[in-house]
Amino acid sequence: MSLTAAFFAIIRRDLLLAFRRRAEMANPLFFFVLVVTLFPLAVGAQPNLLQTMAPGVVWVSALLAALLSLDGMFRSDFEDGSLEQMLLSAQSLPVLVLGKVVAHWLVTGLPLLVIAPLLALFLGLPERAMPTLWLTLLLATPVLSLIGAIGVALTVGLRRGGMILSLLVLPLYVPVLIFASSAVDRAAGGLPVSAQINILLSMLLAAAVVTPLPTAAALRMSVN
Amino acid sequence: MDGKCSNGLQVSGLACSRDDRLLFSGLSFVVAPGEALLLEGSNGSGKTSLLRILCGFRDADAGELFWRGRPLVDSDYLVEMAYVGHAEGIKKELTVLENLRFSRALNQPGKLSIDQALAKVQLAGFDDNAVQTLSAGQKRRLSLARLLITANTLWILDEPFTSLDRQGMALIETLIGEHVAAGGMVVMTSHHDLNLPVARLQRIHLDTCH
Repeated sequence: MSLTAAFFAIIRRDLLLAFRRRAEMANPLFFFVLVVTLFPLAVGAQPNLLQTMAPGVVWVSALLAALLSLDGMFRSDFEDGSLEQMLLSAQSLPVLVLGKVVAHWLVTGLPLLVIAPLLALFLGLPERAMPTLWLTLLLATPVLSLIGAIGVALTVGLRRGGMILSLLVLPLYVPVLIFASSAVDRAAGGLPVSAQINILLSMLLAAAVVTPLPTAAALRMSVN
Repeated sequence: MDGKCSNGLQVSGLACSRDDRLLFSGLSFVVAPGEALLLEGSNGSGKTSLLRILCGFRDADAGELFWRGRPLVDSDYLVEMAYVGHAEGIKKELTVLENLRFSRALNQPGKLSIDQALAKVQLAGFDDNAVQTLSAGQKRRLSLARLLITANTLWILDEPFTSLDRQGMALIETLIGEHVAAGGMVVMTSHHDLNLPVARLQRIHLDTCH
């Protein structure tokens, strides 16, 4: 029972911290909105082209926004010693790590879900593709946080880990990007998407089970 | 040192090096309930490294560690130990109360309630203050209050007196004395002149451990 309590305590603490640092936390969302709104300006008044590109543009921007937000996941805990205290906790570290990832997704992934349909509409994505876009974001943004956590845990001890983090994490993000944008693309063309959705769902389930273990191990290494 | 100490911390033949420089080797000691160990040595002699080995943050180059007669990894060591290091491990954006509640959720609740612990470290009434409004000494006392609200028997303290005034130091010395008198154990480093009210105090000088 106290493991569940610790899991929710860590989510609660991180949400509270995010609320107190809200200016910082809004950065990835702001970036997402900015990138998507710049596209029509650069491409020019070609509604058909924009419409075709919409799934890719929304997904690439969401992925970059997720990447941008990753570094903050363990950074402040590492710097102020909270991470050491987490490692010394009597509770299982992978569960605490999962709590941190859930909190990170609630702060950075969930706002994308709210704003993305609006931006997709702005790019002229057909309305029938909206539920699919929303579903892919719902399934795949947690995967980005879960996979990203391994990379952050490995690089948190480095002074300038940003570049290495992108190199480590981006190749693992590519399958997510491919399946998610292809699902939205097919939905826009009125084709069935259940295969892509099933693959994204299985990625989410696998990542939720598997990634907390290497993340916890990498954190132990980084604290050394 | 034959036989394993059955109810305390035992360290035998410990060695640690850093960047090809041997910090200490052949270090053996036992801390039994009711005892305190004070690690001394010049800067860079490996005091913090030793404490980090005791916390499991880094691996020793040689030697073994036992808790209550069993190897550290398959004992209840993590449940029974508490560590206060250079980094305080408290969040400056959260209030005093929020920080302590979180520490308590990560560990087993201890004998004292949060209010009692705050009164003990003379922070009563600061519950709802954000930690960033506290002074350095008050932050230090807050991180030491963590020791009181969680269930633990072994305290590992790295320079616990940093940024404390004379009165704060006396307060922490008393807390350490009470903890040891109640059957607890303390391993600490400090280069202050201490006046620890502890009957069984060991001192190890790390500069001589080669």
